[in-house]
Amino acid sequence: MTRVLQAGFRAALLDPALPPPEALGDGRGGPVGRRFDVYRNNVAASLTEAVLEGFPTVARLIGETNLRRIALPFVRAHPPRDPRMFRYGDAFPDFLAGFAPVAQMGYLPDAARLDLALRSSYHAADATPVAPDRLAALPQEALPLARLRFAPALRLLPSAWPLHDIWRKAHEAEAPAPRPQAQDVLISRPGYDPRPDPLSKPQGLMMRALLDGANVSEAHAASDGDEAPLTDLLGLLLARGAITDLEVPR
Amino acid sequence: MFDHSHPRLPAAPGVGYKARHYAQIMADPAPVRWLEIHAENYMGAGGRPLAQLRHLAERFPVSVHGVGLSIGGEGPLDPAHLDRLRQLCDWLQPASFSEHLAWSTHDSAFLNDLLPLPYTGETLARVCRHIDQLQEAVGRPMLLENPSSYLAFEESEMPETEFLREVARRTGCGLLLDVNNVFVSAVNLGLDPLAYVGDFPMAAVGEIHLGGHDEEEDEAGRPLLIDSHGREVADPVWALLEAVLALSGPRPLLIEWDNDVPDWPVLATQARRAEAALAPVQPS
Repeated sequence: MTRVLQAGFRAALLDPALPPPEALGDGRGGPVGRRFDVYRNNVAASLTEAVLEGFPTVARLIGETNLRRIALPFVRAHPPRDPRMFRYGDAFPDFLAGFAPVAQMGYLPDAARLDLALRSSYHAADATPVAPDRLAALPQEALPLARLRFAPALRLLPSAWPLHDIWRKAHEAEAPAPRPQAQDVLISRPGYDPRPDPLSKPQGLMMRALLDGANVSEAHAASDGDEAPLTDLLGLLLARGAITDLEVPR
Repeated sequence: MFDHSHPRLPAAPGVGYKARHYAQIMADPAPVRWLEIHAENYMGAGGRPLAQLRHLAERFPVSVHGVGLSIGGEGPLDPAHLDRLRQLCDWLQPASFSEHLAWSTHDSAFLNDLLPLPYTGETLARVCRHIDQLQEAVGRPMLLENPSSYLAFEESEMPETEFLREVARRTGCGLLLDVNNVFVSAVNLGLDPLAYVGDFPMAAVGEIHLGGHDEEEDEAGRPLLIDSHGREVADPVWALLEAVLALSGPRPLLIEWDNDVPDWPVLATQARRAEAALAPVQPS
């Protein structure tokens, strides 16, 4: 009998339209009544709180009350698959993209992806960055051939929206209004706090290529851009302590 | 990385660690002498959580308290999660490791709550099998915590105290007695909390928990207590603690406050009250 108990319990916990499982009581020989709802509420409330805590940018953009309304059907349709709650919510960006009431906020799924990337960067492994002068010390002909290794906390998030501006505006009242331009976001973690920086589209392409193992020259070619964005990108990566090693073929 | 001759938890107040209290705990922890962490919050690869834990563990005995293994689950234990618990215990060498008599995962959905199970010969065998497996994985005896209950199963064949005594006897595990859970379950199911603690196998108790609960009502207007961990420990729970300590003697005593977490002085005041409750039973 207990072999099937938890399947019924699980189904009724996630679907308030279902009746509680059979053969439960109040301990005094009476019906279970509202007592099953305590577990139902605990599950819904704890998972909803996890969404609120885990997606602070989305919460700022649409307000906590609205996020609670969206989170409830989400947690019922997509309960966690892992007891590490700091990893919960991978399915939330796509869920938002298909959720009609926020369809006019096309940038919301990317804001949720940014929150996920910040969280995963926060928990990523520690790493020691290369000395800032290490790139400058390379012979001029060696730099184009260098391949870079990056800190495990580094994340790159491409977006068709001004995602960094949107993130900043969500968290800083004084920040300027988002500009009408697509921005990729680079997340690095100097110390323990993940830090998002905006990248231009050419820089985003270069960064993608570098992450995929291209050398500096190949990454530059991948971007189809001029010299300045590459120099700026390398400077940013060094300043944020995001480069952990570089390999130059002899 | 830590000394393998880890100290046991002292029979003194501890608190459930919250990152917002880090500075105060490092500066002036009195009367708190040890800390408990939720295992699942420290299963990342690095960053601030593990760095803080490393610093804390250099100064305090630490208890690792798992909230996600689903020991009472019908399905097999998640081998990946068992491995994460093993890694955390290997790295930290905690003074204690504990988990719950409950289930939380079914058919790969983790429900993030401690769900109840009936007490039958079948569930007893299953829980013992899972505890054997867990103790084997972490390489040490564990403590199993009594749950807070809101409902009862018609198919239960034995009281919770008998179930827990039998688990401890068969697996060699210790028990974690949550006094608030005893009170909450007793009120909700119409049981006598003093009879429960009188029947509890105190010799197996390696740690005691205290937390706050909320008061609601069922449809018949009877009190329905919710184990919320969001406020101070209630007076009748302190009174029940006195009865427990008279039976158990001094034990490590944890204040759990997980929701609406207060400023440090409020938590320290609860810990002082725990210290005062321990005083009459401490060896002179």
